[in-house]
Amino acid sequence: MLSCQEMTELVTDYLEKRLTLMDRIRFRMHLGLCRHCRGYLEQMRATIRLLGRLPTQEEEPEVPEELLRRFASWKK
Amino acid sequence: MRAPLAEIEIRGVFCQELRDSQVRIVLEEGRLSRRDEEQVRRLLNGDESAFVELVRTHQASLTRLARVFVRDAAIAEEVVQETWLAVLSGLRGFEGRSTLKTWIFRILVNRARTRATRESRTVAFAELGLDADEVEAGVAVERDRFTPSGKWARPPAAWDVDTPEEILLRQETLAVVETTVEELPPRQRLVITLRDMEGMDAREACDILGITETHQRVLLHRARSKVRSSLESYLERK
Repeated sequence: MLSCQEMTELVTDYLEKRLTLMDRIRFRMHLGLCRHCRGYLEQMRATIRLLGRLPTQEEEPEVPEELLRRFASWKK
Repeated sequence: MRAPLAEIEIRGVFCQELRDSQVRIVLEEGRLSRRDEEQVRRLLNGDESAFVELVRTHQASLTRLARVFVRDAAIAEEVVQETWLAVLSGLRGFEGRSTLKTWIFRILVNRARTRATRESRTVAFAELGLDADEVEAGVAVERDRFTPSGKWARPPAAWDVDTPEEILLRQETLAVVETTVEELPPRQRLVITLRDMEGMDAREACDILGITETHQRVLLHRARSKVRSSLESYLERK
């Protein structure tokens, strides 16, 4: 039976779908029985969501003139 | 009916003379996606709008990545510029062994590494040897959060308190995440940037960084654990 501490070390493997079948079963069983670890998994998911929001998309980046000129000379 | 080029998984060497270009693209045990093939074709034909499109698509991500290697924004910009030039000069030799995007990002990583070694302030990282954290085993959560038998002693609190998503969406929260990422050991920062910020899959990230999937996963685990932990501290203080 997995301890909560072990769960926190396995969470990435779980989310990456890299646990062995046995470990995945153990992981899910523990989750079913432990709301704290469910809470932890949720925190991890929320963390990943936030990371995804980070690239605050600026307006369309300008393509530098110099680069366009280089392209023009390259294509010859 | 012959399957379109994009859907053929090619074993061995396949050679095709493009109708409107002199260049021969060699596909070797790889898949040149339809989109990549189209883009490369347009670029090689001197289509400026294709180039503009390509640059606009990746510029922000490339810059973000360059900043991991070189702190100075102006230098990072130069590195990205050099990358585009290298892309142009290497394009005729692009064999489609990876996607165009992976190839471009790999060039960026190499350029940035080279540049970082020249900048005195980033010497330590330029080594690109082991990060301190790679040597020590880290823990995802401090040991004192658990009882000796490994159960939660101080369990994680619920983050969605009053208004579930609202708190999480606030600018401050994102700033905490951003700062934490910036302070991660470089390799962890690279992996979490590519995987969770840029949304790449494991394979692509590994291709770009030249590391194994297992190594990547360890780095990702540590990085995510650190960010979660910072968020927890921050949110609990509110």
